[in-house]
Amino acid sequence: MARTPTDLVGAQPDPPFEITFDGRSVTALPGQSVAAALWGAGILAWRTTRDGGRPRGAFCGIGQCYDCLATVNGEPNRRACLVPAHPGDAITTQEGHGHDRLGV
Amino acid sequence: MTASVSEPSGLYDLVVVGAGSAGLAGAVIASELGLSVALVDASTQSGGQFYRHPAPALGAVRPEALHHDWSTFSNLRRRLGASGIAHLTGHHVWSLAKEADETWTVHAVTGADGTAKRPVRIRARTLLLATGAYERQLPFPGWTLPGVVGAAGAQAMLKSGLVLPGRRIVVAGSGPLLLAVAASLAAAGARVPTVVEAAGYLRYARTPRALVANPQKAAEALVHGAALLRHRVRVRLRSAVTEVHGTDRVEAVTVTRLDRDWRPVPGTGRRIACDALAVGHGLVPQIELATALGCATRPLPDCTLGLALDGLQETSVRGLWAAGETGGVGGAELAWTEGELAGRAVVARLLGRRSDAGRIAGLQRRRDRMRAFADVMASAHAPGPGWPVWLTDDTDVCRCEEVTVGCVREAVADLGARDARTVKLLTRAGMGWCQGRMCGTAVACLAARDGVAEPPSERRPFAVPVSLSTLAALDEPAEPGGVEAEASSIEGP
Repeated sequence: MARTPTDLVGAQPDPPFEITFDGRSVTALPGQSVAAALWGAGILAWRTTRDGGRPRGAFCGIGQCYDCLATVNGEPNRRACLVPAHPGDAITTQEGHGHDRLGV
Repeated sequence: MTASVSEPSGLYDLVVVGAGSAGLAGAVIASELGLSVALVDASTQSGGQFYRHPAPALGAVRPEALHHDWSTFSNLRRRLGASGIAHLTGHHVWSLAKEADETWTVHAVTGADGTAKRPVRIRARTLLLATGAYERQLPFPGWTLPGVVGAAGAQAMLKSGLVLPGRRIVVAGSGPLLLAVAASLAAAGARVPTVVEAAGYLRYARTPRALVANPQKAAEALVHGAALLRHRVRVRLRSAVTEVHGTDRVEAVTVTRLDRDWRPVPGTGRRIACDALAVGHGLVPQIELATALGCATRPLPDCTLGLALDGLQETSVRGLWAAGETGGVGGAELAWTEGELAGRAVVARLLGRRSDAGRIAGLQRRRDRMRAFADVMASAHAPGPGWPVWLTDDTDVCRCEEVTVGCVREAVADLGARDARTVKLLTRAGMGWCQGRMCGTAVACLAARDGVAEPPSERRPFAVPVSLSTLAALDEPAEPGGVEAEASSIEGP
């Protein structure tokens, strides 16, 4: 019986690489989305809501719910479940609407 | 920055939006019968949500381990590869427009999440809409906590990213998809203590004719059932997760028995420890590209809206066909059946000849048989009128705008709202990023007079977010040279 999803499909991925989440190193597999890489590291939340400051992460997994918005390499409001992870990507928790530095 | 617009190449006979089962089947048959075809899809790979699979770099030797009927997809994918179809990946279609000369323009933004600064417009003589569906959600206390994920969402992340949201995952909601989700999560190494289904399965037995005509559906259920037995997954019928526990993430859920109207039965709550909850209440047809054009819809037995289609899959707008979940959720086999039917109908229209009358009649019989089963399924799993009883006033209904049940109830009880649109105007429910896709059903139910909810209209002016620079660029002349050409700024007139 498979113990992991990679066992189940017999995955033989290209070599893993590192990205960071709020400065912490996270290992990603080539072909994974940013959200998948974070889930793989046990991280389920990378956004806080605009009004309540509540933590959120991937919910629908297909780009429809926008709960997984993250700041990727300084750019806010990227849908982490769609954006592929690349070596050295810096993912940071997105606070609110992600445009605080604009003062709006 | 000026977002210049590119056009892949001239005027296609047919542009297909969506590369899942329906879109692939439609595109492939139309191309094989002689049409020039572009297949436009948001993903980098064909297959849609049902045949979603890992990127090549993940090196999956057995991608079919997470799929049912993989050979149907691999056949369509092979025919796509052998065809002259322009497969435009990473294209998010935000609008369709019918021009004065009866041709169509498909407007898309590009990139993994549609944020690449290169809008595209594709011109077509006819269109086939095969945009599929997204998951329907009903709120409950704690459903915004990290670790609560869509049931189809958990499966999508598993199929494409080979990851799980936790080790011990409760699967809940309503619909046969839950069995498939639980079976895949368990096969991939998760412990699934229980599947919690709000409906009973007795409703199916009331329509034996549709069951007998679709034995493959019963066989599918048996396959999932056997997998669940093997993984010791318990299925609880007529029950729902009525509360999630945890501070920063899921630690446990409360599962409560429901009466036949989906009202929680007092005193029956049981706490089940878990670190994730995968939840969903079936699927909602994704039809906003068509409704924006005024296409007629039809109410489905599960209180969603599908497109109203004629016998050959054409919508009420001439020249626009639709197939698969856009006409009502019925699964991959129905989707490719309808996709092929639509493709053949387009060929007949454009070339003025029927491709194969026998084949078309066969596809129509197959479609009608499976549509009948889809209606039974939708009816069996429609949300019961009692589900709002499990809400508390501080439960968020709209996840994006953080609008609570209390706010929605105030809009209904004190301010007279009677439909989702009025609630939206009064509370902002459905006004956020997802444009009501996650909360639309719930808001419509909460706003319903006498408990009979009208489906939300599913009308959105833009199917995906579009930047102002993209809209501004619509007045620019289209840049020739195809999507691969480097963007260059075009001076305004």
